[in-house]
Amino acid sequence: MKYIISTLLTLAIVVGIASTVQAKRGSDGQLNLVYWQAPSTMNPNLSGGTKELEASSVVLEPLGRYDETGNLLPWLAEEIPTVSNGGISKDLTTITWKIKKGIKWSDGSALTADDAVFTYEYCSNPDTGCTQSNYWSDIKSVTAVNSVTVKVEFTVPKPFPYAPFVGYNAPILQKAQFDGCQGAKAQECNKQNFYPIGTGPFKVVDFKPNDVIVFEANPNYRDASKPAFNKLVLKGGGDAVSAARAVLETGEMDYGWNLQVEPEILIQMEKAGKGKVVSAFGTSVERLMVNFTNPDPSLGDMRSEYVGGNNNRNSHPYLSDYNVRRALSLAIDRQVLVDAGYGKAGKIGCNVLPAPAIYASSANDECKTPNVAEANRLLDAAGWKRGSDGIRKKNGVRISILYQTSTNSVRQASQALIKEMWKQIGVETELRNLSASVFFGGDVGSPDTYQKFFTDIEMYTNNFSGTDPQTYMSNWTCKEMAQKSNKWGGNNMPRWCSPAYDALSAEMSVTSAMKDRIRLTKEMNDMLMEDYAMIPLIHRGDVSAHSNSISGVRMNPWDSELWNIADWTRK
Amino acid sequence: MIHYILRRTLIAIPTLLVISFIIFAILDLAPNDPTGNLPMTVPPEVRAKIRSSLGLDEPMHIRFGLWLVQFCVNEPLNILYEGFGISIGDAENRTRIISWSTRSPVVDLIIQRTPQTLWVVGLSYLFGILIAIPIGIVSAYRQYSWFDQVGTFISMVGFSVPTFFTGMVAIIIFSVQLRWFPMIYDTTLEVDSWQNFVSQVKQMIMPVAVLALYNASQLSRFMRASILDNLNLDYVRTARSKGLSERVVLLIHVLRNSLIPVVTLIALGIPTIFSGAIITEQIFRVNGLGQLLIIAIESADIPLVQTLTFIFAIMIVVFNLIADVVYGILDPRIRYE
Repeated sequence: MKYIISTLLTLAIVVGIASTVQAKRGSDGQLNLVYWQAPSTMNPNLSGGTKELEASSVVLEPLGRYDETGNLLPWLAEEIPTVSNGGISKDLTTITWKIKKGIKWSDGSALTADDAVFTYEYCSNPDTGCTQSNYWSDIKSVTAVNSVTVKVEFTVPKPFPYAPFVGYNAPILQKAQFDGCQGAKAQECNKQNFYPIGTGPFKVVDFKPNDVIVFEANPNYRDASKPAFNKLVLKGGGDAVSAARAVLETGEMDYGWNLQVEPEILIQMEKAGKGKVVSAFGTSVERLMVNFTNPDPSLGDMRSEYVGGNNNRNSHPYLSDYNVRRALSLAIDRQVLVDAGYGKAGKIGCNVLPAPAIYASSANDECKTPNVAEANRLLDAAGWKRGSDGIRKKNGVRISILYQTSTNSVRQASQALIKEMWKQIGVETELRNLSASVFFGGDVGSPDTYQKFFTDIEMYTNNFSGTDPQTYMSNWTCKEMAQKSNKWGGNNMPRWCSPAYDALSAEMSVTSAMKDRIRLTKEMNDMLMEDYAMIPLIHRGDVSAHSNSISGVRMNPWDSELWNIADWTRK
Repeated sequence: MIHYILRRTLIAIPTLLVISFIIFAILDLAPNDPTGNLPMTVPPEVRAKIRSSLGLDEPMHIRFGLWLVQFCVNEPLNILYEGFGISIGDAENRTRIISWSTRSPVVDLIIQRTPQTLWVVGLSYLFGILIAIPIGIVSAYRQYSWFDQVGTFISMVGFSVPTFFTGMVAIIIFSVQLRWFPMIYDTTLEVDSWQNFVSQVKQMIMPVAVLALYNASQLSRFMRASILDNLNLDYVRTARSKGLSERVVLLIHVLRNSLIPVVTLIALGIPTIFSGAIITEQIFRVNGLGQLLIIAIESADIPLVQTLTFIFAIMIVVFNLIADVVYGILDPRIRYE
């Protein structure tokens, strides 16, 4: 027995020493990822799906990227350009990036500023059909000052110029490889799109679209001791539940992405002790959009159209009443929704802008506790009297809500719960769900899109990528109202219009001091919340799981979840 | 006979043309948008650009004509060129049917997916037949015996319990609890060594078994019914009164005649192998043709959906013809004039 114990002790010490020794490239063997939504291409510019961005992020890298707290880190760049270090011009119209020395592509050639310039040309060519072109907007020119310096000139002052070359949406492509693939040719270059050459820790060796991707450690990666794995397999297909099972119960996979699974099932699986569920909260908020315009089908062409300045003449029969909107929000018990559908993937959301933490307002925390009595009192006081059927009415208008969302089991469960909650305040609700490809499809001919919003309430999640809320918050300005005149191309679905809000948004676009940007953002968020232009429900997080044998995972809501895969190791 | 086959083939051409147009029209009229699954952070102007880069701005008849030419002319020529090195016309610059979600040729995707589907679904079909026929024979010959009762029970269960349930149960028992088989099918596995062969067999056992159970239960019922029909016929009595052994009566006289409808049924079922077992492929991540079709539908990848469904339509037409011809060969009483 003594002998066994001493052997074990010795072994433990040896293992302990071994694990402190710097790992060598490829020493930890194979890493298996399961992405139940399988990537269809490796070129992030030809697919806006998160799955493709995630997959390509282990190969293609940007100049700067976000860590898990939302800090911008220099990645391929020497440092993050700012006004104080001279990287950003005083008038906020140019930003100059310096590329780190000695960065090589996986084929051994050197990364230069020309590659960066090419990436801009590639994506800004309208024939390419680049899905990331909003990251390259308002750019006058991108030029290579010398082989390691790239200068981006904007057409307008950019207080937050970190969109091009930042994050997994806008990584650098190799010019030599993609040279013949610009414009319409981009569609045909499937060899390049499937096997892009990158600077990242891995390179693609086998790509089977919508099925599996096999990577190998990049022999020219800048850190000779990384990555710790010599092979990376990203398997796709199936469903979220079985992906969770493969990580948490059978241990076949080391990392499972986006495990949107009923919370109780995840908790059950985690008990098997093979892996851990991790979550990260970005900017996603599941919210109810409140229609300020009248969606009555009898209005024909005028359905859900905003008419006239401050006094909307086509206003909604009952949702234009502040008391009704407030009562609807007060009646919702958000914790019930979190427990029923989200678990670790959700928190109570009281703001349309819940993160990054510096921007999050605490002025609307009232929503954390439901208050049915107050909701009823408000409606009574506003003259909405209960009829014989228990539904409130005023001047012949019944509060009968048509409430739409996309087809998804969690959403339908939330709908049913909210319907019950609203029943308690004398509000009738009719539920409707539409296939996601129709609801989010944006087909101008279809009456069922979320942009047309031909119902009273609709529910979905929206968010913004990156950490700067300027563009996102400008979504609710008057000119963004989605209606016939702009072919429902705007982002202001509630058709909520406030000159005061527009003024704040305009001020934001010329303000660069962080302190002021934070103040403006909070003010705008609070304005939207206090007027109940939207009723936030859940601050949604991303949920993934990793095997207990993997260390180094730093779940990141601001960038790829695989952003630091070069640092992952097997214990 | 040859005249008949020729006539049927010629009739098949307009039929297929009509089918292809109907598929195209339905897909085109459906409120689907290939940019619908992009994140909401992608602005509408960018979406419009993507749609136009996919050729969606053209009117419908132009797109249909283009697809038809690509499918009927360009793709076969490309197969000749890549497979056999025969180049007809401008092989390098020939436009091919491109999938919208992957931006790669549709036919390449289909070729890539076919092996795993044929292995898993095809083998399960084969095993299903091999299991069903003996069970059907014994069940019919010993009607209402305990074997027949058990067989009936199992085939009822196999037929009525959906494969997504049996698949899930198999995963929970054999992957999660017993850890005998992997629950994720590795499509990159190449069988180049004994060890890899064992892994390949291991990962195929569950999906093949689940599907084979389903196929076998269906077929064994038909087999049983067909044998029962024949057992009561006069020629069986004649054979028995001639003094032939029961073995010869059953396995030579009855079996041959009872197989005629079953063989037709088997032939008609072959196209379903190619369309894959959509649900089973999803559960075990076999990622074959069935999963390809589902993903294409979800991401509104119209060229891929169109091409796949049309290939299935061709298969069905062809195997219908084959079933008819085989029927004529097996049963000399049937004559096609």
